Amino acid sequence: MTMSYGPLLFLGILLTLASSWVGLVLMPHRQLGSLTQHTDTNTAAIFPAARAGEAQQGAEHYRSLGCVYCHTQQVRPEGYGSDLERGWGRRRTVSRDYIHDRTVMLGTMRTGPDLTNIGERQSDAAWHYRHLYNPQITSPGSIMPPHAFLFETRAIGPSGRSTNALVLEGAFAPPAGTEVVPTRRAEQLVAYLRSLKSSGDLPEAPVKKEEAK
Amino acid sequence: MSHQSQTPRSQTLRALLPGDVGAGSGGDVQTGGVQKAALAEIDASCRVPVLFFFLSGLGWLIAGSLLAIVASIKLHSPGFLGAWEWLGFANVRTAHLNTVIYGFASQVSVGVSLWLMCRLCRIPLPAPGLVTVANLFYNLGVTVGVVGILRGDSTAIEWLEMPRYATPILFVSYALIAVWTIVTFRLRAERHLYVSQWYLLAAVLWFPWLYGTAQVMLLLEPVRGVVQAAVNWWFAHNVLGLWFTPIGLASIYYFIPKVIGRPIHSYYLSVLGFWSLALFYNWNGMHHLVGGPLPAWMITISIVASVMMLIPVITVAINHHFTMLGHFGKMRQSPTLRFIVFGAVSYTLASLQGVASALRSVSEVTHFTHHTIAHAHLGMYAFFTMVMFGAMYYILPRITQREWPSNGLISLHFWGVALGIVLYVVPMSLMGFLQGTKLNDPTIRFLDVVQFTLPWLKLRTVAGLLLVVGHVAFVGNVAWLLVRMFEPYRKPVVRILTGEAETLAAGK
Repeated sequence: MTMSYGPLLFLGILLTLASSWVGLVLMPHRQLGSLTQHTDTNTAAIFPAARAGEAQQGAEHYRSLGCVYCHTQQVRPEGYGSDLERGWGRRRTVSRDYIHDRTVMLGTMRTGPDLTNIGERQSDAAWHYRHLYNPQITSPGSIMPPHAFLFETRAIGPSGRSTNALVLEGAFAPPAGTEVVPTRRAEQLVAYLRSLKSSGDLPEAPVKKEEAK
Repeated sequence: MSHQSQTPRSQTLRALLPGDVGAGSGGDVQTGGVQKAALAEIDASCRVPVLFFFLSGLGWLIAGSLLAIVASIKLHSPGFLGAWEWLGFANVRTAHLNTVIYGFASQVSVGVSLWLMCRLCRIPLPAPGLVTVANLFYNLGVTVGVVGILRGDSTAIEWLEMPRYATPILFVSYALIAVWTIVTFRLRAERHLYVSQWYLLAAVLWFPWLYGTAQVMLLLEPVRGVVQAAVNWWFAHNVLGLWFTPIGLASIYYFIPKVIGRPIHSYYLSVLGFWSLALFYNWNGMHHLVGGPLPAWMITISIVASVMMLIPVITVAINHHFTMLGHFGKMRQSPTLRFIVFGAVSYTLASLQGVASALRSVSEVTHFTHHTIAHAHLGMYAFFTMVMFGAMYYILPRITQREWPSNGLISLHFWGVALGIVLYVVPMSLMGFLQGTKLNDPTIRFLDVVQFTLPWLKLRTVAGLLLVVGHVAFVGNVAWLLVRMFEPYRKPVVRILTGEAETLAAGK
């Protein structure tokens, strides 16, 4: 019986996997592995913009802290889900949007909202610091864990409160005489979050012109 | 039982029964000059390495279960253990996945497949010491990997989170185990191949290829942009489909005929089921990216392949469930059969759910929700883990030559995990669907959707605790069994395994 013939079995086993290895690994690599930035012929704007060093460092914290397990970074097309209606982007995201990411973190879970354009939707660094310190401050009812370990609570120095100290009120305020300041990690992470913008006009994903509503 | 006789079976029947059915205490059946080993001799050769894989696997199961409980609580009570960064939700969740997948499920799989391969090839495991060394090396790799994740070194690539200083250790161990399984296969004394062997061979050939590709293209020399996502899901989905699924199906194909003493329903369906799985499953991965920033052809091809999965799934379902038809009563006596049949039915359900959620219209709702988490547990737990429990109930008494000490603990194990996983999967599938419907309605505030999930997430923690109760009962029974290894052998008074085709005393 043929199914008792070892070599044929081996060959079949190897060829079947080889098919999708070529189709879903090598082919995409050929098609998408060398995408480059796009320069707009009218405005000379370049998309997607490269990320500054500070934000690049922040991306490593985003990875290390596992933000991807609750937040996606992909906007689905119009008419498919409510991503655009929720204001998570002005257009769908496409392959080219991710060419600068060292680790592409599309995500598969929306326990929290999508962050593709969080830098555009919420550009206020102070908001991000307070949100990270304790999400209940800015988003009551959120189940995002507090990231107080990204901050330092220290005594207020002789020259008064530091300029970068968080504005915390009521139940969230630190003990009297102390202040909460972001660590380097928090600064880099927030720089990364503020850099998240994927709404440049691309030929394969134009931004709809009547978008301002 | 009739098939225990030594008379040669007809060619047709040979194809439908595991090669070690009908083997008694003698090791004297000659085929082509190679002597077939007695079952007791085979079991004895597997004792140390298989025990190592099972016991370390169970250790990781307990660790992974506790991490799961912590992660589950954190999702509805975010302040829980919030002061320790290394116990952050993402770390604990990821450590849970990696301990149960690489620590528990993979190790138990290796133990089961080595034993099955030896039994079906009718030879003792060659150089068992080498396999034991591979096991120690493997556990070192998992430990380094999980500690790395808790330290914050996770790669954040799903199913491949272990940092790259850990994965080569695992790869070498996997390769060693794969090579050794193939060596065992090449040395076989039984020339006829049973369907379980096809699946086992496929699994050990496929996995190193998957793992090797993912390591090179995602960790060592990361590819650019969204190609990472393609490689990631080609890998991660195939870990389920081409590593765990074949070993689970091999076990079901072995244990059902073995325990009920009846040939499998159809040889031709088993051939069709095997090759259609081999052809279609490996193209499925991109259905995790429906709506995502990849070319439509890639996603479409995976959706088509996912629908084609109906062929192997229905074929295998007919083959398994029709073999069982009229024999469900035997589940009362045989714990092996109880777990295996639970797993076989769950395989059908998980696969159908998987096909459905690959469709664009369904994925639009269920993608990004707890529906996917429920589906993963239906596949990995209700199907695969239950089958592995069933296999261990059969193998452990044979390699230790001791009967299970406690009937009560077996019942507690079964009912704890059976109720636990139903209470997990059913509500979470439903909740995920509702969650997705609400997310797709832009008039509902995002935070209101979050609040909607909370009661369901608390129910999930309760379900998880039931699973833990079952696991502790099982590990307790296994520990008791091991203690009995140090007592002199006596004929067991309670025969839990009554009704299983092969008695413990078979090999003496």
